[in-house]
Amino acid sequence: MSVVAAIPQSAERAAPKNIGDRALRIVLKAAALAIVLLVLAMAFEMVRTSVPSMRTFGWSFLVTSTWDPVAERFGAIPFVYGTLVSSFLALLIAVPLGLGAAIYLAELAPARIRPPIAFLVELVAAVPSVIYGLWGIFVLAPLLRTWVQPALGKTLGYLPLFQGPPYGVGMLAAGIILAIMVVPYITAVSREVLLAVPNTQREAALALGATRWETTRIAVLRYGRSGLVGAILLGLGRALGETMAVTMVIGNRPEVAISLFAPGYTMASVIANEFTEATSEIYLSALIEIGLLLFVLTIVVNALARLLVWSVGGPVKTVRE
Amino acid sequence: MTPGVRRRVNVLMSGLAAVAAGLVILPLLLIFGFLLWQGASAVNVDFFTHLPKPVGEVGGGMANAIVGSLILIALAAALGLPLGILGGVYLAESRDRHIPWLARFLADVLNGVPSIVIGIFAYTVMVLPMRRFSALAGAFALAVIMLPIVMRTSEELVRLVPASLREAALALGIPEWKVLLRVVLPAARAGIVTGAMVAIARVAGETAPLLFTAFGNRFWHQGLDQPIAALPLQIFAYAIAPYDDWHRQAWAGALVLIGLVFVVSLAARMATSGRFTGVR
Amino acid sequence: MADGILVRGLNAWFGEHHVLHDIGISMAPKAVTALIGPSGCGKSTFIRCLNRMHEVVPGARVAGTVRVEGVDVYAPGVDPVQIRRKIGMVFQKPNPFPTMSVFENAVAGLRLSGVRERAVLHEAAERALRQAALWDEVKDSLTKSGTSLSGGQQQRLCIARALAVEPEVLLMDEPCSALDPIATAKIEELILELRSTLTIVIVTHNMQQAARVSEATGFFLLGELVEFGVTRQLFTNPRDKRTEDYITGRFG
Repeated sequence: MSVVAAIPQSAERAAPKNIGDRALRIVLKAAALAIVLLVLAMAFEMVRTSVPSMRTFGWSFLVTSTWDPVAERFGAIPFVYGTLVSSFLALLIAVPLGLGAAIYLAELAPARIRPPIAFLVELVAAVPSVIYGLWGIFVLAPLLRTWVQPALGKTLGYLPLFQGPPYGVGMLAAGIILAIMVVPYITAVSREVLLAVPNTQREAALALGATRWETTRIAVLRYGRSGLVGAILLGLGRALGETMAVTMVIGNRPEVAISLFAPGYTMASVIANEFTEATSEIYLSALIEIGLLLFVLTIVVNALARLLVWSVGGPVKTVRE
Repeated sequence: MTPGVRRRVNVLMSGLAAVAAGLVILPLLLIFGFLLWQGASAVNVDFFTHLPKPVGEVGGGMANAIVGSLILIALAAALGLPLGILGGVYLAESRDRHIPWLARFLADVLNGVPSIVIGIFAYTVMVLPMRRFSALAGAFALAVIMLPIVMRTSEELVRLVPASLREAALALGIPEWKVLLRVVLPAARAGIVTGAMVAIARVAGETAPLLFTAFGNRFWHQGLDQPIAALPLQIFAYAIAPYDDWHRQAWAGALVLIGLVFVVSLAARMATSGRFTGVR
Repeated sequence: MADGILVRGLNAWFGEHHVLHDIGISMAPKAVTALIGPSGCGKSTFIRCLNRMHEVVPGARVAGTVRVEGVDVYAPGVDPVQIRRKIGMVFQKPNPFPTMSVFENAVAGLRLSGVRERAVLHEAAERALRQAALWDEVKDSLTKSGTSLSGGQQQRLCIARALAVEPEVLLMDEPCSALDPIATAKIEELILELRSTLTIVIVTHNMQQAARVSEATGFFLLGELVEFGVTRQLFTNPRDKRTEDYITGRFG
């Protein structure tokens, strides 16, 4: 008589007979579903509360530049403009610095100082936005007002970018502060992209007689370039949504102006400043519609960024955001 | 290009990269230095124990804001940590076909949403129905911010627990749920705690979502369904106000806040560095 | 001997781990020398010491003398980058640059040196690809990505890349271990053709391969060079018992 050992069916097919197992599965699934519902509810709620504004202004909301709470006429242009310009300015500064620092950390720095510097970069990212704003008001803005803007005005004042009175606060201050806040993210993600480039690529270049920088240039940067673009987009995503620091230094004027010296306004800032002052339903709804715009914009940018970053090394395990 | 030129280009680019790294870190030193210089003098016993004085009067402290922040963080953690950890465990353990992908995708989406938008969400689901600003609404917003961070670290940590540990327990005849609770989670515990600390350090400094949920309060809060003060909110309010004394207190508050965030970040980093060198 | 590769008292470490012990060997110029031995015996580390690739790993150290075609590779003031320019290397897994075309891969080393004229580059690419027995297969698809080729072709592309800069020495670190038998045969044929034109050192765990392509063979064990001699003699009549044990398959 042979006894055939019963091989238990693989657990994913058989329903667990154990009460404990079933309860656990239900609890875990419920948690996951709760999270799914939460995000969907957020999208739904934002759309629902924007409806009054959407119904009143329709598509013109996206192309009007009037923001008049008294006459109850609202348009998103000044804020979209402010958000895009401040973010673009921030990237202009942050991308070369961030990529350079990432290359330093991943390829060129002596092995012993890499961990402490990487940690310090993380700390820069951990500083709360309101503290950057505080520093911006009391250190950066006066600096710009007293030294930088007058100097720029004197040397490059023929460009419309650098015209107008030097307030200190304004688009330039916002761009600089955003750059400081965004650069550690670009550095951290770029560094991970570069580290994901296989070492065999570096060896191939070194064996040909390439210097360290040449190796980085032809073997690492080229290989990781789509991931690096993704890192930049991730930085953009953060810049778009940054609120407190920008609010404190941008001057809060809902106007489209060419000069970097002029005050401006971003989508996040107007919500932060005026939400609690919104006296009418339509005012509040218009603000929420701006929030919805911001929501959609950041989702698109972040999704694109993630796809690009993953294309180099596979799904990145730890993205410290 | 001669070898000499190539050598010099190499040195130049290495130098530029090092300068870039230095510039990235520089603001950290500038800001911390500035806070120490301006704020250290205002951090005294009064600061921690007194309430804000009426507008225009000198003195007072941020006791209510500090306590308020602690309450908000505690509430947010109570809401966000269990849900986040369970969600992360689900992602690590589940063999379902569609829900894990959806949950992970949406958690990633949530991670990228600006915190002020999350504040709007908290406003519409909590402040509007309750018809008032409240600590609960603020805690809700912070919990939603914490959620994706906690989920991701929990999932990673649970995945890192070696399969051999699990198999040894199962081979002893222990049911799966007990293996999870008594073997896997305790093994991942240190990492999950670290992840929680990172999430807490992140929300401790959040201001935007509190602007129209917790709202702030110049006095002690009267209940969790009432507006409550928070350290970042107070710093913001004082910073944009016209009084010098308030500015000084804002710097002091910022120093306390940044100190808190740094200490927690450092502790979290020290905990993980030991962990990962072993597992890799 | 001023030509060929002369090694005396070579020691190498990874951190505190002493991986090569007092290696002394004299490898003839314009000939093929094979290095055999079980996994982990140090043969890969050894050839990496010849073109100063070993020291790229953090914590790695070298001591001793290495003279390649008369040049003391480790003399103070010598630039490793220059050394590697004169010594080519082919790796275990083919590693063409995926963002470059076949042509760009072949001339990558030349472009690094600053060669710009298209005519010169094209001529060099054709010469190197012919030497690597790859020209006929890729001459119509020079602009396709380097990684669009088969494994065996990729490895020959890497050989072409190394040959394009006209090195004096070619180091090959188990070049066929990731390839199928047909691709392996093609590369062995290639080595036999290159044999009298440059000094080749090939690391292999395949003893039959060593017997087929090389004129001299060295046997490494646990970081030591146990025996070195004419290939035929080492395989038919080894002097050291350890060599005999390895060749007859008693271990490793």
